[in-house]
Amino acid sequence: MSDIAIKVEGLSKQYRIGERESYKALRDVITDAASGPFRRLRSAFQNGNGTSPASASGLSTQDSAHGNGHQIRNPQSAIRNSFWALDDVSFEVKRGEVMGIIGRNGAGKSTLLKILSRITKPTKGHATIHGRVGSLLEVGTGFHPELTGRENIYLNAAILGMRRAEVEKKFDEIVAFAEVETFIDTPVKRYSSGMYVRLAFAVAAHMETEVLLVDEVLAVGDAEFQKKCLGKISDVSREGRTILFVSHNMGAVNKLCQSVAWLKSGRLNNIGKTEHVLSKYLSDNNSGEGERCWDCLASAPGNVKMRLRCVRILNWAGVVSTTIDIRQPFYVELSYAVLIDLPVARVNFSMVAGDGTIVFTSSDINDHNWEGRSRGAGSYVSRCKIPGNLLNSGAYTLTVGADIPLVEVLFLEEHVIGVEIEQTGGVSRHYSERWAGVVCPDLPWQISFEQEVHSPADKAIHNHL
Amino acid sequence: MSAISNPKSAIGPLPTFSIDPPSSWTSIGFHELWDYRELLYFLIWRDVKVRYKQTALGAAWAVIQPVFMMLVFSLFFGRLGKIPSDGIPYPVFTFCALLPWQLFAHAVGESSNSLVGNQNLITKVYFPRLVVPISAVLGGVVDFAIAFVLLMVMMGYYGIVPSLAIVTLPAFLLLAIMTALGVGLWLSALNVQYRDVRYTINFLIQFWLFATPVAYPSSLVPERWRALYGLNPMAGVVEGFRWALLGKTDPPGALLWVSIAVVSLLLVGGLYYCRRMEQQFADVV
Repeated sequence: MSDIAIKVEGLSKQYRIGERESYKALRDVITDAASGPFRRLRSAFQNGNGTSPASASGLSTQDSAHGNGHQIRNPQSAIRNSFWALDDVSFEVKRGEVMGIIGRNGAGKSTLLKILSRITKPTKGHATIHGRVGSLLEVGTGFHPELTGRENIYLNAAILGMRRAEVEKKFDEIVAFAEVETFIDTPVKRYSSGMYVRLAFAVAAHMETEVLLVDEVLAVGDAEFQKKCLGKISDVSREGRTILFVSHNMGAVNKLCQSVAWLKSGRLNNIGKTEHVLSKYLSDNNSGEGERCWDCLASAPGNVKMRLRCVRILNWAGVVSTTIDIRQPFYVELSYAVLIDLPVARVNFSMVAGDGTIVFTSSDINDHNWEGRSRGAGSYVSRCKIPGNLLNSGAYTLTVGADIPLVEVLFLEEHVIGVEIEQTGGVSRHYSERWAGVVCPDLPWQISFEQEVHSPADKAIHNHL
Repeated sequence: MSAISNPKSAIGPLPTFSIDPPSSWTSIGFHELWDYRELLYFLIWRDVKVRYKQTALGAAWAVIQPVFMMLVFSLFFGRLGKIPSDGIPYPVFTFCALLPWQLFAHAVGESSNSLVGNQNLITKVYFPRLVVPISAVLGGVVDFAIAFVLLMVMMGYYGIVPSLAIVTLPAFLLLAIMTALGVGLWLSALNVQYRDVRYTINFLIQFWLFATPVAYPSSLVPERWRALYGLNPMAGVVEGFRWALLGKTDPPGALLWVSIAVVSLLLVGGLYYCRRMEQQFADVV
């Protein structure tokens, strides 16, 4: 018996997009077939005399006036009409391994899972899977709103490929996991969305296949539910099953997966140990967007006294980057040109959270070394270090400004640049959900053991609790 | 390599699945269909349950349609039009034919849109796609069973006792199912690709009803054309039903054999076409 559970070789999938009609009509196909020979004769005649306007433009044409779906394709329009969702992807997954699949939206992750679940066929390439496959591509597939929870459990289980006997055996477990005991005989259309999703996941989580393909199902549900799902998935992996796990949640990927495959535009960009690939992925994302510069002074923000030249976000290593690891410090760097001597001036920025809350504002007069000196004309760089384990994960924007206090605002650029704090670990690394709060500091705690339970009275209280 | 052994894998070798680009020839995959028989049962059960939930009349709907058709036919064709009915009381004569007809009409109507209607399943889960149109067709058998009881009551009322030919009834029921399946498979596969197919169904069923000897006997058709009449597979089915249940007429003869031939072609063709198109369903639907 082979050690490999999943083997993928040169898998490619091409999709047609755009100009093709959504649905063909049988009537059109029949009229097409009937008039085809005549049309070909006509175009041959026209090409002999010179190109007709349609073919000269090089676009695929659709004679919409006659409503037929015939497309005159040439190589150019063929390229425009299709794209490769997956391009020559090859990798292996060992039995019992949990492999994460990460990538931007549209990288081909779901397509890969669909092909491995045999829902759609590849255009090229080959894959082999040893063991039964259970796919969790969507939660609640086949749930019918008119049927009760009980009926839907049986239906959904049958759809996922579980035998009836299996379901009967696990019925109580499934209901307990979903916490819907009291509502099990009510039609599902009466359920809250939370109950619905819990029940759907509960059924799917109890599949006993050797290989499990999970596609971002953790994106639904509240934090409590996500915690439960992750727990279940890690239980499943401990039982020795092979799991392919697609997620955007880096924390979950970090926690569950031993190896990670990174898909970029349909190609396998990197594959290897989780930590290694994850750090590469984070530093790759949005590179080049970590700075905003104005080349021409005249158009840069500011006035005759001061002009802003550049705003940069640097990660702990000093590399321009918009995605920052939550645990690491990072730098906000402001480059500006002072045009006349300014005795009193300060350069500031505000960190704004995704919901508009201003997290903090900081000013470069905080630099104790500068000691309130005046700034002579010249170009300057003010750099601020923001410690790691301070800001909570999420997207932030910066508002940058400079002023002479109580006198004049020199420039003010709101939301000039964005920064993404990525949840890769940090304080809340034990859970994949995001702690509430704008900041997420690593505060010192101390647990101390007080006293053993000695007297019977104490024991009674202890037992009662 | 996991050190924890999965007790289930100790039972036997694991099944291996090979995933390849689409090929032009595929087997029908009966073995796989049999594996998924529970899913087939659940899809049928779901359709039947949902159909009758929250309805006031419930299962009575299964009989209302054929009963009303029988009443209208008996009045206009039987009494006023004086269409002959081979010596059998007209209401029973036509009701007996309406049973397999209902099965067929319902099955064709349901299965033609079954694949498109179940697209949320087809794009998310793997199972042999043939299960969907098959479940749509078999769902009609439940209605058939309910209406059959009424037929027995009617036969009792008119004092018609079936002859020995009744043993062939299961065979004719199977033929009816096969006909429905044959037509249904073609239509459901075509409907995924060409959406206008769905709108032709109503019209197709309407004129097919009149082309089938439901309201009239096939003895209306001159002798020399009768075998050709068997090209309509429902003609063979209906005549077979009448012979098996009501017993008075002669056995169907050449007409039946032509019908059986047509049904076989339709069914086998439908199965292969559906299997072949299956490879694209998730992309096109």
